[in-house]
Amino acid sequence: MRDMVQDALRGHRADYVEIHIEEAETTAIRFRGRELEEVGRSRSLGGNVRALVRGGWGFASFNDVRDLRRYVELAVHQARLVPREPLTLAPAPVIEDVVRASARKDVRGIPVDDKVALLKEYNDILWASAPLQTTATRYNDLFRRSIFANSEGTYTEQEVLDLSAVLIAVARKDSEVEQAFLSVGSQGDLTVLDGRQAEVEAVARRAVELLSAPRIKGGTYTVIVDPKLAGVFVHEAFGHLSEADHVYENPRLRELMVLGRRFGGPLLNILDGAAVPGHRGSYAYDSEGMPAQRTYLIREGVLVGRLHSRETAGRMGEPPTANARSINYRYPPIVRMTNTYIEPGNTTFEQMLSGVDDGVYVKDSFGGQTSMEMFTFSAAEAFRIRKGRIEEPLRGVNLSGNVFQTLANIEAIGNDLQWSEGGGCGKGEQAPLPVAMGSPHLLIRDVVIGGG
Amino acid sequence: MQDIAEQVLALASRSATWAEVYAASEEETPVTFKANRLHSVETREARGLALRIVVDGRIGFASSSQLEEPDLLVRDALATARFGPESALAYPTERVQDPGLDLYDGQVTALSIDAMVQMGQQMIDRVRTRGEDILCDADVRKVAASVLLLNSSGGQGSYRQTVVGLGLNANRVRGTDILDIWEEDASCHLGALDADAVVNAVLEKLDLAEELVPIRTASLPVIFTPKGAYMTLLAPLQAALNGKLVLQGASPLAGRLGDTVFDPAFSLFDDGRVPGHPTSAPMDGEGVPTRRTTLVEHGAVRAFYYDLQTAGLAGTESTGNGQRGLTSLPSPGTHALRIAPGTASYEAMLADVSEGLLVDQTMGAWAGNVLGGQFSGNVHLGFKIENGRLVGRVKDTMVAGNVFEALARLAGIGDQSYWVGGRAEIPYLYIPSLAVSAR
Repeated sequence: MRDMVQDALRGHRADYVEIHIEEAETTAIRFRGRELEEVGRSRSLGGNVRALVRGGWGFASFNDVRDLRRYVELAVHQARLVPREPLTLAPAPVIEDVVRASARKDVRGIPVDDKVALLKEYNDILWASAPLQTTATRYNDLFRRSIFANSEGTYTEQEVLDLSAVLIAVARKDSEVEQAFLSVGSQGDLTVLDGRQAEVEAVARRAVELLSAPRIKGGTYTVIVDPKLAGVFVHEAFGHLSEADHVYENPRLRELMVLGRRFGGPLLNILDGAAVPGHRGSYAYDSEGMPAQRTYLIREGVLVGRLHSRETAGRMGEPPTANARSINYRYPPIVRMTNTYIEPGNTTFEQMLSGVDDGVYVKDSFGGQTSMEMFTFSAAEAFRIRKGRIEEPLRGVNLSGNVFQTLANIEAIGNDLQWSEGGGCGKGEQAPLPVAMGSPHLLIRDVVIGGG
Repeated sequence: MQDIAEQVLALASRSATWAEVYAASEEETPVTFKANRLHSVETREARGLALRIVVDGRIGFASSSQLEEPDLLVRDALATARFGPESALAYPTERVQDPGLDLYDGQVTALSIDAMVQMGQQMIDRVRTRGEDILCDADVRKVAASVLLLNSSGGQGSYRQTVVGLGLNANRVRGTDILDIWEEDASCHLGALDADAVVNAVLEKLDLAEELVPIRTASLPVIFTPKGAYMTLLAPLQAALNGKLVLQGASPLAGRLGDTVFDPAFSLFDDGRVPGHPTSAPMDGEGVPTRRTTLVEHGAVRAFYYDLQTAGLAGTESTGNGQRGLTSLPSPGTHALRIAPGTASYEAMLADVSEGLLVDQTMGAWAGNVLGGQFSGNVHLGFKIENGRLVGRVKDTMVAGNVFEALARLAGIGDQSYWVGGRAEIPYLYIPSLAVSAR
C-alpha cells in the first residue's frame, strides 16, 4: 500500500497533495426497553485525496482505493477551479511513524456476546432500580487504521480505538415524560464500563424523581455548574469561537478575537490539546499529519491562542496547533477541538456553595449548541440553592448566554477538575467526533435560564 | 451493484431463514464558499452493502464498503445473529414499482462545476449589496444516488435519485454582536430550485435585523416562521409519533390514538411520495412502498409511523417508514412532515399581536427533554412585535414551552405552507402565549 500511495503523490503539478486511506471496523449494540434491539458489525475501506493549487482546495473521497492516481488528478483538477491568492501552509515536520493503539481491556479482544452481556447487565440494573417506562442503552466501538501521506514526504500509519456508551432511563406519569442518562467513553478501553452499578441505579431513580420536580421559572440566575456541564460550556461557548476557520476570513471577528483581549478574570485558564494523553480527543498526529500539541487559549483571563489547521495558521501567521480533524475519510480535515478544559482554581465546592444566597446548581447536559457569540445548553439535573444549601430538584433547566459576558461573569473556579468522555462534537456535516471536555466546578453570575 | 447484491443474497440464504441485501451508492459534489469567495470543490463517492438476516428467529446485521469480500459480510451477519434480537419482521414479497415520483433529473448530473460556482457567486453578490460588512458562506451541492433492495422472500425494488441544494449564510459582526442568517432550498430538479427566494429571505431578514431592541421576561404571544417552527417544534412531534417510542410507552401520545390532543385546526402528515422531492422514494429502506400517512387530523391522533420490526412487535403494519443508513438496521423515520395550512394570513397574525415575538431561528431547542415535548431554545434570530409591527431584532433571549401544550391551542395557522430546506412543509404558527426569558 505504501508504494501505491507514495507513487500516486508523484508528478501532480499541485502545490500540495495529501492522501488518506482508512480501514475501520465498528460494533454497535442497542437495547430498547428490556429487549435487545440491534447488534451489528460494519467494515469500511476508503480514502481521500486533498490537493492545494494556488490557495484553492480540491478534495475527492472514495471507496475504491486501487486507482489513487485518478483521484489525485480529480482533486488537483478541482483545486484549479478555485481561484485564490497563493497560500503558504504553516510548516510541518516531515514524519515517518507507525502508531499502534492499545487499551487495558481492548474492545478488539472481547467477543461481541460478552459486550452484549455487559450492556444487558446495566440495562437490567436500570429496570431494577426504579419504576421506569422504558430504557435505551447504546454502545459503539471502533477500530480504525489510517494511512496518511503527503507530498512533503510525511508517511504515517496510525491506529485509533474508540468506545462510547450511553444508558438512558425514561419515566412517565400520564402525559409527562422525563429522562436521565449516563454517558461514558474511552479510547477503546472497556474498563470504562466497570463498576458503574451505583451510578446506573442513580440514573433510574433520577428519571422518576424528575417527574415530580417543579419546573424552573425563566429568568436570570446565579449558577454553580458541575464539571460535566462546565465542560460542555467551555466546549460550546468558547471552544467553537476559538476555531480559527471561523475567524480568519472575517475581519470583524478577527478584531473581536484579537490575541491579548481580556475574556475573564486572572484565574481563568482554558486549554485544548490532543497531546493531553488518555482522553477521547487524544492522538499522536492530526488529519494533516501534525504532531499533537497542547494549546493555551485563555491564560490568566486573556486570549492567547486559537485552534488551527495548517491553512488557518498559515493565513493568520500564527503557530499551528495540530487541530485539523475529519470524522472519517469521506470528509476533509477541518479545525476541531480535541480535549478542551478549564484548569482548576483554588475554590472548594463548599466555599463556592456558601457564597450563594439564591441560585441554581446545574449538573451534566443533554447537549448544547453555539452560534459563536451566543450559546445554549440543557442541564440534565438541577437543584435550587438557598442560603448556601442545595435544596429541591428542578426540571426544564436550559441555560443560555453570551460568551463574552458569561466568561467575564465566572466568579469562582473550583479545585476539582474532572473529565467527561461521552461527548460527540458536531460541526458542519461532520458529527459525532470524539472529544473530551474537562472542568472544575464554576460559579457564574447572571445566566439566562429559559423556564418551561 | 446488482451482481454483488445477488451474490451476497444467495450466499446468505444458504445459512439464513431469510435474508435482505440493501445496496446504496452515491456521488456528491459540494461547492463551498467562505467569506464571499469560493473555497473548495469536492467529490465524494460512497457505496456499500448492508445485510440483514434471520437465523433461528434472530436478527443479524452487518455492513461493508468492501464489495470484494461478500464472504466476510455474510460471516459478520451470521456472528451477530446468534445472539441478536428476536425477529418480528413480516417479510416483504412485493416488487415495488416507481409510481412516477420523478426523482431523477439528468440536468442535475450534467450540471457543471462552473455553473454551480456561478449559482453560489450570484447569491453572494446579491446579498453583498446590503453592506460591506456582510460576509457570506454558501454551498451549492448535487447528489446522484442509487438504491437497490433484494430479499429472499421475493421483495425487491430500486430507484435512482438526484438532489440539488443551495445553502446561504449571511454573517455581520458589529462590536460583540454577531448576526447569522441562513436559508436553504433543495429539490430533485434543477428547475425547481429557487435561488431568488433564498436570497430574498436573507435580504428581508438582514433589513429587519438592523435595529436591536429589548424584550422583557414574560409570557408573550409568539409567531414561528416555518423555519423557526421546524427548528423548535418538529423534533418533539417527530419523536412522539414514532411507533417505536409509542410501543415503549415513552411517547406522551402512547395510548392516545383517536384522542383530540392538538388544536382542531392542526393536521399533520408524513408524506413519502411528494413528486420531485429529496425526501421521497418509491419504497422505504426495507422494501415497503412509501405512502402518505395522516398522523394528526383536525387535532386528533390518527396514526403513528412504523418500520417492519416495530410494527411486528406492536401488532400492526409498517407504514413504509423504515429509514436506514448503510451501517445500521432500519428504524422508524419520517419522510417529509407536512403541516396542513390554516386560514390566517401572516399579516393578520402579525396585526393581532400588541407585544410579542417572531421566531425564525432557534439554537439548542433540541437539547432538552424532547421526549416530554419540552423545548427551550436560544432565539438565534427573532424579532420583537409591537402593535402589529416588527420593530427590531432581539438578543440574549430564550423561548420555552411544551409542544403539546403549545399546539393544543393555536391562535392561528398560516394560510400557506412553505418547504423548509426541502425537508418539511410548514405554515406560520401563532401560539398565544409562551415563556420568553430575556437578560
